[in-house]
Amino acid sequence: MARLVTSFLTPLLMLALIIVASISLGFGSTSVGVFAGLIDWLNGEQTDAALIIGEIRLPRTLLALIVGASLGLSGAALQGLLRNPLAEPGLVGASQGAALGAATVFYYGVFASLGTLATAVAGLLGAGATLLFMLLLAGSGRPALVIMAGLAISTVAGAALAVVLNFAPNPYAMQELVFWLMGSVSNRGLDSLTILFPALIIGSALILSQRRLLAALSLGEQIAESMGQSIKQGSRIIVLGVACLVGSSVSVAGAIGFVGLLVPHMLRPFVGHRPDRLLIPAALLGAILVCVADIAVRGMPFGQELKLGVLTSLIGAPFFVWLVWKERKRWL
Amino acid sequence: MALISIDNLTVEQRLKAVSLELNRGELLGLIGANGAGKSTLLHAIAGLQSATGDITIDDRLIDTIPPHERARIVGIQPQAVSSAWALTVTDIVALGRMPWGDEDQAAINRAIERAGVDEFRDRIIDQLSGGERARVWLARVLAGEPQALLADEPIASLDIHYQLAVMAVLQNYSREGKGVIVAIHDLSLAARFCDRLCLLDKGEMIAIGTPKEVLTEALLSTAYGVPVDIDLEREPPVVLPK
Repeated sequence: MARLVTSFLTPLLMLALIIVASISLGFGSTSVGVFAGLIDWLNGEQTDAALIIGEIRLPRTLLALIVGASLGLSGAALQGLLRNPLAEPGLVGASQGAALGAATVFYYGVFASLGTLATAVAGLLGAGATLLFMLLLAGSGRPALVIMAGLAISTVAGAALAVVLNFAPNPYAMQELVFWLMGSVSNRGLDSLTILFPALIIGSALILSQRRLLAALSLGEQIAESMGQSIKQGSRIIVLGVACLVGSSVSVAGAIGFVGLLVPHMLRPFVGHRPDRLLIPAALLGAILVCVADIAVRGMPFGQELKLGVLTSLIGAPFFVWLVWKERKRWL
Repeated sequence: MALISIDNLTVEQRLKAVSLELNRGELLGLIGANGAGKSTLLHAIAGLQSATGDITIDDRLIDTIPPHERARIVGIQPQAVSSAWALTVTDIVALGRMPWGDEDQAAINRAIERAGVDEFRDRIIDQLSGGERARVWLARVLAGEPQALLADEPIASLDIHYQLAVMAVLQNYSREGKGVIVAIHDLSLAARFCDRLCLLDKGEMIAIGTPKEVLTEALLSTAYGVPVDIDLEREPPVVLPK
């Protein structure tokens, strides 16, 4: 069975993704025909089904899938680059950096000339800058150092974010920002896809172009370099790709934590633990997980919606504790 | 014609004007105390360490060879290797094909055979003993079938059975018309397996030649700072501190 899953992992994940996406489109308080609604919407007809599917559920579903894919792929790429199973966009500071960048734009209208792209560009710059600082501070891929450097940089970005919150122009703006930081894919509209989709394509292309470097890095930097790989250039490309993915995701959907940590761990046994073979399945499973989590959030019987980022943290944080426990057993 | 010629190779504070040649079919041993510059020399040849001076491979200056092509010619087995992930032995050996950009099964199988790791080719690296792992790391370099193979203390921390096995693999590889340089601390094994030895002391090459020429009491006590007992007439030869 496990061997079968291994051989057909990518097709199986694609199938699961289509099923989950269909469920997401069909799931909601009003029952409407998914295909009829989609066709009506594509034909520009103003029916209820067209409105519900095309304007509400489709953007939400696509957003969940793209954000999930971005986070899953970023996690796999970071873990491979740093040779560290604990690396994750949130734990190495990238998410906080992106949040800081995007929040600054929200409040103070930096990059106003870029229009709707402003938050995404600021998110990308923030994620890229924190990742670079983290790599500089850690100086190597050693697990303990990377986590410590990530913690330090996250703290700095968190403090700066607190300053931004502190000087919020008005209390509503602050509330809005806090809710946004909790992470959600609801009420975002199809416009945000104009940022997320190109970022996903560019970020993925950058990361996938370095999959041989990720494979070589399994045996350490010296061996990778001795096999003709350029570590300096390659890791810059990977960091840029991750910054693209995380920056755009966080700027649109806020912080959706732990997806990048969980997904690679779930898949590793099925790809023979090879970091290069992990990338595409991680993107697919990330998309599936975030979409499933979003369906779960929508299905909760609470009066107030539980934020997607809060749900992924509730699931992901105990998993992180378990990972630390597992690592501890290796050392004690 | 020499496979590799090194002329005046200098690395600041670590290596002083080292010149030597590695011939095809030769196993050259690199000996010297800790910190003598053995690893630095190997790293410089493999392009992992910037240095001044000239290194030519097959009459081409090494700086003019692009990294991936250089990696096809020179393969190095660094001192401390570990795998970050629980990869299988076959996947690790296949990584050795990276300079060629292929996963040539014939070359991978040859490397697995040469290094004697066939019986555990499907096992996970974490499950192997230190001695078994050492041969897997070696198989990884062998899979690239480099003209020059550099091994940095490949037998450190191995038991005597695996020490002999690994040295035999390196010797056999050199006999196929390739060149091998091995950094080694065990002088008896160096005398037994190496065709020539190069003795480094504080970054300087103080002797190069056959084991008989290099393993003398005067040279060794200078390099290691302890008196040694040398009996090269014995089979196998013995070199031990007094």
